Amino acid sequence: MAALPEFENHAQQSIKTTTCYMCACRCGIKVTLEGNEVRFIQGNPKHPVNKGVLCAKGNAGIMKQKSPAKLTQPLLRKAGTERGSGEFEPISWDTALDLLTQRLRKIRATDPKKLAFFTGRDQMQALTGLWASQFGTINWAAHGGFCSVNMAAGGLYMTGQSFWEFGDPDWDHAKYFMLWGVAEDHASNPIKIGLEKLKRRGAKFVAINPVRTGYQAIADEWIGIRPGTDGLLALAFVHVLLKNEQFDWDFLSRYTNSTQLVIDAPGTSEHGLLLRDGSGELQVWNQATNAPDAWVDTRVSAALFGEFKTVEGVQVKTVMTLLVEKYLSDDYAPENVAQRTGVDASTIERLALEMAHVAFKETITIDTPWEDWAGRKHEKFVGRPVAMHAMRGISAHSNGFQTCRAIHLVQILLGAVDCPGSHLAKPPFPKHVAPPVKPAKHMAPNTPLASPPLGFPMGPEDLVIDDNGDPLRIDKAYSWEAPIANHGMMHMVINNAVKGDPYSIDTLILFMANMSWNSSMNTAEVQQLLKKKNDDGEYCLPFIVTCDAFHSEMVNFSDLVLPDTTYLERFDTISLLDRPISEPHAACDSIRQASIEPDRDVRPWQEVLIDVGTRLGFPALSNEDGSAKFKDYKDFIVNWEKAPGIGFLAGFRGENGEKSMLGEPNQNKWDAYIENDCFFEYKLPVNQRYYRFANKDYLAWAKSVGFNAHDGPIVMELYSETLQKFKLAGQGLYDGPLPKADVDKQRLIDYFDPLPDWYVPLEEQRIDNKAFEFHAVNQRPMFMYHSWDSQNAWLRQIMTHNYLYMNRAKALSMGIEDLAWVWVSSHHSEIRCQVKLMEGCNPDTVWTWNAIGKQSGAWGLDKNAPESKRGFLMNHLISELLPSVEGERRLTNSDPVTGQAAWYDLKVNIRLAAPGETGVYPEFDTIKPLPSMSDTPSVLKYATHTAVNIERSMSDVIKRGGLR
Amino acid sequence: MKLGLVIDLDTCVGCHACAVACKQWNTSGTTGPLSDYQPYGEEPSGVWFNRIRHYEVGDYPTNKTINAPMSCMHCDDAACVTVCPTGASYKREEDGIVLVDQSKCMGCNLCSWACPYGARELDEEAGVMKKCTLCVDRIYDENLPEEERKPACVLTCPSHARFFGDFDDPQSEVSSLVRERGGYAMMPELGYQPVNKYLPPRQRPKAPTVAAKQSEDSGGLIAKWLKRQKDAFNQLGEG
Repeated sequence: MAALPEFENHAQQSIKTTTCYMCACRCGIKVTLEGNEVRFIQGNPKHPVNKGVLCAKGNAGIMKQKSPAKLTQPLLRKAGTERGSGEFEPISWDTALDLLTQRLRKIRATDPKKLAFFTGRDQMQALTGLWASQFGTINWAAHGGFCSVNMAAGGLYMTGQSFWEFGDPDWDHAKYFMLWGVAEDHASNPIKIGLEKLKRRGAKFVAINPVRTGYQAIADEWIGIRPGTDGLLALAFVHVLLKNEQFDWDFLSRYTNSTQLVIDAPGTSEHGLLLRDGSGELQVWNQATNAPDAWVDTRVSAALFGEFKTVEGVQVKTVMTLLVEKYLSDDYAPENVAQRTGVDASTIERLALEMAHVAFKETITIDTPWEDWAGRKHEKFVGRPVAMHAMRGISAHSNGFQTCRAIHLVQILLGAVDCPGSHLAKPPFPKHVAPPVKPAKHMAPNTPLASPPLGFPMGPEDLVIDDNGDPLRIDKAYSWEAPIANHGMMHMVINNAVKGDPYSIDTLILFMANMSWNSSMNTAEVQQLLKKKNDDGEYCLPFIVTCDAFHSEMVNFSDLVLPDTTYLERFDTISLLDRPISEPHAACDSIRQASIEPDRDVRPWQEVLIDVGTRLGFPALSNEDGSAKFKDYKDFIVNWEKAPGIGFLAGFRGENGEKSMLGEPNQNKWDAYIENDCFFEYKLPVNQRYYRFANKDYLAWAKSVGFNAHDGPIVMELYSETLQKFKLAGQGLYDGPLPKADVDKQRLIDYFDPLPDWYVPLEEQRIDNKAFEFHAVNQRPMFMYHSWDSQNAWLRQIMTHNYLYMNRAKALSMGIEDLAWVWVSSHHSEIRCQVKLMEGCNPDTVWTWNAIGKQSGAWGLDKNAPESKRGFLMNHLISELLPSVEGERRLTNSDPVTGQAAWYDLKVNIRLAAPGETGVYPEFDTIKPLPSMSDTPSVLKYATHTAVNIERSMSDVIKRGGLR
Repeated sequence: MKLGLVIDLDTCVGCHACAVACKQWNTSGTTGPLSDYQPYGEEPSGVWFNRIRHYEVGDYPTNKTINAPMSCMHCDDAACVTVCPTGASYKREEDGIVLVDQSKCMGCNLCSWACPYGARELDEEAGVMKKCTLCVDRIYDENLPEEERKPACVLTCPSHARFFGDFDDPQSEVSSLVRERGGYAMMPELGYQPVNKYLPPRQRPKAPTVAAKQSEDSGGLIAKWLKRQKDAFNQLGEG
């Protein structure tokens, strides 16, 4: 073989491991550097998340680093110019932080709630939440309220684990996989790795989604469901399973509250609550004594079915009895849900019976002895190998919380929760239902909050409302309008703050959140709200601070801009206190290490938070004399402890780094992580890997490392007493806070069914569905999902603009041909865009790729870039408020339980644009470039070294010529 | 040796990871840089060796979506090589990789017209033709860990839909996959004998169901379950 030249001069290259941040997946990467330039970014084969692979986004990291949209220095809106006009002056960091600190100090000393701090593409909520708590404002949340809260809350209030990032399908053992409403997700690479494993093993993959894109492409069966009806489909599965007696009797009796007793006393404050004895122990019906007995006493032979009367005369029914009475009803029979869901009855029945077959006829076992919480010894782990995953298409509907519960109910009936082949929790999950953290309500000047701003209400008394019943939070989370808004309601903040409802604020800090563009509903009006002034000529929202690394549309509407570093330029942590990177069988966390020196006057936001918090005298960060407790972010991460032995990073603790999970601070922690490829992995012993909700050894360990408050069993709540308490409040029967407004009462009655339920999405309930015949949803393409990189020079070559996609036959029947321009109208607004026809689309649904459309001039793109000239946002059509009803206050367009933004409830009509009517509408002004932003190159020729060509010898040319 | 790729259409989700990994590696590779024109402008485009095409097959509701990554097939009888007037395009004797000697190419485009797979890309900035090199600058680099001596596209593919190996070796992974999964060449009728092969989507047999029971009303079912519960309890008492 002819010798090849040396292509790479490895001597001038170095490799650093770190953690990707091109999206929320947080894969381990190996970055090959050549000088201060990136030669190659690849997946780290040792990393627990991605095991060496890397997606399109991760592979485009170089172009994130080279983006001309990178912010270069702190900016202040020029005095005398209008917000949104794009007139900024560069200022120094000293000036920027002095200005910010002065303003915040005054707020903190007077009325801390006047600061609202909301974060978007965040991966450091443990830090920002701590910061807000120390500041003393309850007005903090991340973007979960418009992303995933329905999934997180749906799971945590039922199984103690959830879809989203808190669990994974058991890719190695599942024989049947049902994917609900997911084109792409946070776990971008793990899902891809997992699907291939499933297919290689011959497992069946069923995808439920109105649109056949993304993962649906390789599904064995695609169910093109009508949007917003997934809950009904899931409950029809429940109906079929019950009718055919396909449910796991033992699993239900042992691990759920199905045997617990529900008080049947209509019209009283006890109705629907669970029966307890004098010491508060939940009761079951003891078949031996024919009397109530404690659920925790596993010697009791508890009835799963039946209605009984106690000697005191209390009428009770088991949870399971209520459950079967509800779902055996013909309302849930396949033939009665077929038309609404768009899935025919025989398919519904077949899918349910296929799952039953896998669960009960293809049961698997793992021969590892384990012990449950009650001391019962088991020879092996029994697996019901049906796995599911669900996310955005479920989450983004106003019935998403109950729909998520309905899907969990299917899993639980099959006994397919945290067992081999099913859906597995990722540590620190599972947690007790629900985690014992209550949202903070009380604030005082210069005083940290007594509890975190976000938590888990267990009844009306936990709402964050004042004595009048009015919301205390700016986003109205945890008010009667959204009682279990566990992730806050970021999508309501600007609207509420500008309107002074429930009150006005002074300063809004946003981190990496594009609230003047694709992350807000009703974008055009939000831009107007941001510019709105009161009678004194002051902005209704006086001061907006944005921290971002790039020139987003939100930067343009900010008063103070704090430029962040890129992910390759900073130190950072992905903590178990936050949204960890754990795998089902290992508790994991990780760090980022700076690989590249920033070439701009930028600072990591983490560093800025520590700095500002120290200046403000936060007790966690500063000593009484005002001196800093920690010299910088890295020092804070090493030495701050949440509780003795527990900090942001669980690995390499103890003086010499010899301890895992718990231990004294280790001064060499960062180096230890770097040596271990920037991650830490604690693998669970084999007997602690399944049934962790009831696994004695796991539960003991989880308590010992601070995951859970106690080591008792995690009992799955098929029936939610918490929801029933809210329902009682709606009926005026609850012994505690009661809502005053009729609309609040009615919503509690209608939507807080203690058993999983389905109802028509709220927008559909209020509009003329004949006038707005189509459902309209959106998705993110895999190469941009959860990224901040629509402007990325490589990724945008894959897609620069979006179309409105329609079912081909349906569109043609309306005279709409491929590439036609159409008007799309909702009850709220209208847009004009271009249509593309496809087969893989539910005929009653139109959809588009989200966040491809950009405002002209933003993100370092040419003012005529297709992103702004042909790309469009569906957001204009979506109101943050439900259609109004005479005599009723305006209500948020959100799930009435969790406050989750109901993006996908949208209904629209479509009409052909007149001849000559082309181009997208609405159009926006071009954003001005920022001072000293680099020019955009007309050609890119990125390379880290001069190419080494392989020369073909002339003798070979002569000998073989062109013919081999 | 006959090196090439196997691409599994059963697991390719169309995520474009392979395309971007290819771009990333090769822009600093042996034929780099891979120029991008108007990278932030009105009509962004550039040199890519691997592009993903998405197709729909069949009509709603029995439609299927196919994602098909396309790059140089390293044909045994490569038309691009045959037509090259300067000898720049050639197929290596050692391993069958089709390459373009950048110093001999005059950018005439003949090869690009000859290639039915659209695999050749003229770099307008460099004025020369570029194409997939099978990462020849990775696969033989002994300074890389052995398991990483693969094309960047194969290394990165999250759904493990890409395989690299020697088709002359019947025991190789690529040969076995083609044999076992019915791997096929794209457009073989053109006669260029493409080396790369595609694996068709797996045909899954119908999943079994438990037998549907005769419909019973809810009262009857609950009565039955109450009886089952009672029987079980009584049995427990006897035991």
